[in-house]
Amino acid sequence: MTETAKTILTEHTRSEIDVWLKKYPEDRKQSAVLAALREAQHQNHGYLTTELMDAVAEYLGMSNIAVYEVASFYSMFETQPVGRHSISVCTNISCLLMGSDDIVEHVEKKLGIKTGETTADGKFYIKCEEECLAACCGGPMMMIDHKYYENLTPEKVDEILDGLD
Amino acid sequence: MSDDQITIEVDGKSLKANKGQMLIEITDANDIYVPRFCYHKKLTVAANCRMCLVEVEKAPKPLPACATPVMDGMKVKTRSKLAVNAQKSIMEFLLINHPLDCPICDQGGECELQDLAMGYGGDVSRYQEKKRVVKDKNIGPLIQTDLTRCIHCTRCVRFGEEVAGLREMGATGRGENMEIGTYIEKSVNSEMSGNIIDLCPVGALTSKPFRYSARTWELVEKDGIAPHDSVGSNIHIHIKGDRVKRVAPADNEAINEVWLSDRDRFSYEGIYSEDRLQNPMIKEEGVWKEVDWETALDVVKQKLGSALESHGANQLGVLASPSSTLEELYLLQKIARAVGTNNIDARLRQVDFSDQNSVSQFPWLGTSIADLETLQSALLIGSNVRKEQPIINHRLRKAALKGAAIMMLNPVDYDFNYPVETKTIVAPEKMPMELAAILKALIETTGQSIDEQTKQCIDNIDITDAHRKMADKLANADDAIVLLGNIATAHPHFSLLRSLAGLIAKHSNSKIGYLSEAANSSGVWLSGVLPHRLAGGVESTNVGLNTHAMLQEKLKAYVLMGVEPEMDCWDSRAARTAMNEAELVISLTAYRSDEIEKYADVMLPVSVFAETSGTFINNAGSSQTFAGVVPPVGQARPAWKFLRVLGNLFNLDGFDYESSSDVLDEVMQSIGEIKTNNMDQWQSPTSLEPASNDLQRITEIPMNMIDSICRRAVSLQKTADVSDGAIHINTALAGKNNLTDADNARVEQDENSVTLKVVVDDRVPDDCVLIQAAHIAQIDLGASFGSIRIAKA
Ligand code: SF4
Ligand code: FES
Ligand code: FES
Repeated sequence: MTETAKTILTEHTRSEIDVWLKKYPEDRKQSAVLAALREAQHQNHGYLTTELMDAVAEYLGMSNIAVYEVASFYSMFETQPVGRHSISVCTNISCLLMGSDDIVEHVEKKLGIKTGETTADGKFYIKCEEECLAACCGGPMMMIDHKYYENLTPEKVDEILDGLD
Repeated sequence: MSDDQITIEVDGKSLKANKGQMLIEITDANDIYVPRFCYHKKLTVAANCRMCLVEVEKAPKPLPACATPVMDGMKVKTRSKLAVNAQKSIMEFLLINHPLDCPICDQGGECELQDLAMGYGGDVSRYQEKKRVVKDKNIGPLIQTDLTRCIHCTRCVRFGEEVAGLREMGATGRGENMEIGTYIEKSVNSEMSGNIIDLCPVGALTSKPFRYSARTWELVEKDGIAPHDSVGSNIHIHIKGDRVKRVAPADNEAINEVWLSDRDRFSYEGIYSEDRLQNPMIKEEGVWKEVDWETALDVVKQKLGSALESHGANQLGVLASPSSTLEELYLLQKIARAVGTNNIDARLRQVDFSDQNSVSQFPWLGTSIADLETLQSALLIGSNVRKEQPIINHRLRKAALKGAAIMMLNPVDYDFNYPVETKTIVAPEKMPMELAAILKALIETTGQSIDEQTKQCIDNIDITDAHRKMADKLANADDAIVLLGNIATAHPHFSLLRSLAGLIAKHSNSKIGYLSEAANSSGVWLSGVLPHRLAGGVESTNVGLNTHAMLQEKLKAYVLMGVEPEMDCWDSRAARTAMNEAELVISLTAYRSDEIEKYADVMLPVSVFAETSGTFINNAGSSQTFAGVVPPVGQARPAWKFLRVLGNLFNLDGFDYESSSDVLDEVMQSIGEIKTNNMDQWQSPTSLEPASNDLQRITEIPMNMIDSICRRAVSLQKTADVSDGAIHINTALAGKNNLTDADNARVEQDENSVTLKVVVDDRVPDDCVLIQAAHIAQIDLGASFGSIRIAKA
């Protein structure tokens, strides 16, 4: 590891990555890339910058592009600035049957933005095209940040969103 | 081996195969065509395009031939209904998002997708929906991207990882949003990057300099030999009308496999530089005048004749470019010697010639190029092989990936695209000492005896674990080599490095080899363009002046062939001064420049590569003859033709050649057999001087500055591998002198000083200043190595 990775990744982030690194053999550091990116994203209020990804690459001894590939592949990583709270409304089949379209519409109307956009105050972000979040029995459902909210109704959505700071 | 032999049946034919081979290797070897996009024989198997689906008996569905290992008794059908239907369906999928813009695509006519679409594609697309569009990326001056055409075969990605050793291209995004690119805007920076143009089966990656300048079916393909390093890569030269439009590699497993360095691929642009000299020109009272060849020849005869008469042949110096053809070199020395001078040389970037008599026939690579791959250990001394001989570096890389210990002793911490076992980075002055320490460690571990003189020399040297490790790695390998690179050759104590390297090789039972600089560095030795040897390596009774001495002594007259002395010589200042002060300078040159126009009296336009027939002898001793494939620009003529006429004008015997092959026959006769051995007569080192405390200059020649053609190849000049006319110093030295990046520094050598930009570069060791040669800003400084002073300007 060199100085850049150290200055860009906080001590906390690095220690979290180290926990993961311990689980893999010494010469397979790249196995920790998902965890490392998650930590790096967390440190930066929900999105990754090129700088952060480069730092992760350096920390794990990977080429930068290999990290970009992973970060851009998984929908849980954001590579553009987004709002503090990331809202993912599941629109996959079970949720769809239970009326997820109405939920999406309601969230959009309430926040005054379309899916894929962030509110002007930087508070909320509605994520594009979330696939089944494996909570089908509670559909329609959404995930905000890392928390699941199930059996949604417009009223319930209001309550949840209003409760966030 | 025979245990591994199995028999399979393909399309009713029974074929032999080895266990573990993939089906496609067998069909390829037996000329049975299986369509493919992602498979490439030099890359790992990705099996992601599925174009190679074939029917295999007992398999429930078609299998990809590139990823199906053969098994005894396997029955394969490549053209059955099942196979062809599968291939057709894959084709339909691949074309869903393809723009089908063949009429405006440079790849059209040589596109694997286009070819296969003809064979397997439907006439009418069933796809009615929106096609995706991918924004093009700017990945530098050499490669044009049109990524909407990409079919995601990942050949370019695998090339980066597996061959270039530098992963720059990648597949970002997912599903329909997957894109090939660099993700961030950046130039791909490999010295071999152009190969992805050949690898890309579609028009997603094409040549930027070639773009829209010809349709592929208008091009005629001719064979050639690459002119910019000592490898002698085989090339195809693509010509439209009478112009070179493009250069691509030709397969030669023994030399360049299927690859080509960027320098050899894109240098052809230099042929059509605006600087090309179109007509013979003579200077009359300080004014340049275009003349015809006849007049020019008369002037040459008269001026050269009177210079010889009034000053004697000893006042004539002859310098040739080491990328001249064997025929040109041979004729040049024949004339020089016939008019009575041995002052002839093409070792332009060398200064220590003291042991030139001890070299065997020519400085040989020490092994064949292909055998570099199977080395177990190599010590490189003063070499940036990755940029200097990219193809050789590729072989070393393969060895390294197989576990070979590649070790470096360098004055700059160059970046290599493979793991380097150990590296020692020291000031040039300290390099002999480091070698002596390795030698001492070697003697200690092997317990061998050495001669008294050497023993005394190395007795008091301290050795460290690093030295012991290098010694061990060489001594314990079955197949090891010690290689002297371009920087070693330019070192002020080259002979000392050579003798120490020789002793290390001897006591570790390693081979010794040289990485020579130019396309015909070997030919220089074999054709006798040397002050001390005649053609064929025969000792000359009269020894003339070497390059450095010729410049130091400021002779009255010079003849230059393809040389820009102030750019190409070890001491740029001495070269410039010698030229400016000479009474007569006759320059056989493809280009004009302000410098040449200042000092020359006659400029004769000569052909460059592709315009002339000739022969190069590569670093491994292979002689490769090529034809001229395009007519020379303007009135330029091949230098060998001019030299033939000149010989006749001077009434010299034996200049009645009809073709360059007559010349070749004569050279080859005097060479006899090309002896590939380095059984040099080593001189034992006599003393090792302790390093001084002065700041040391280091000079490197960036890859694309190596000769006058590259320096005028516009796209290559936009890459990072060119001279920046700056001083490179490390953070510590910068701090000491209160300098930071982009500051101006006053730089002094001897009594000369210039102002240069500062680049903080931590690859440079303490108390050293790295300067890139062949840049106009630094010519006045002079010697490539030695003491230097810097201060804030
Ligand atoms: S750019 Fe060309 S080589 Fe690279 S993945 Fe796409 S089609 Fe293949
Ligand atoms: S479909 Fe929404 S959670 Fe499974
Ligand atoms: S060539 Fe076999 S899957 Fe691409």
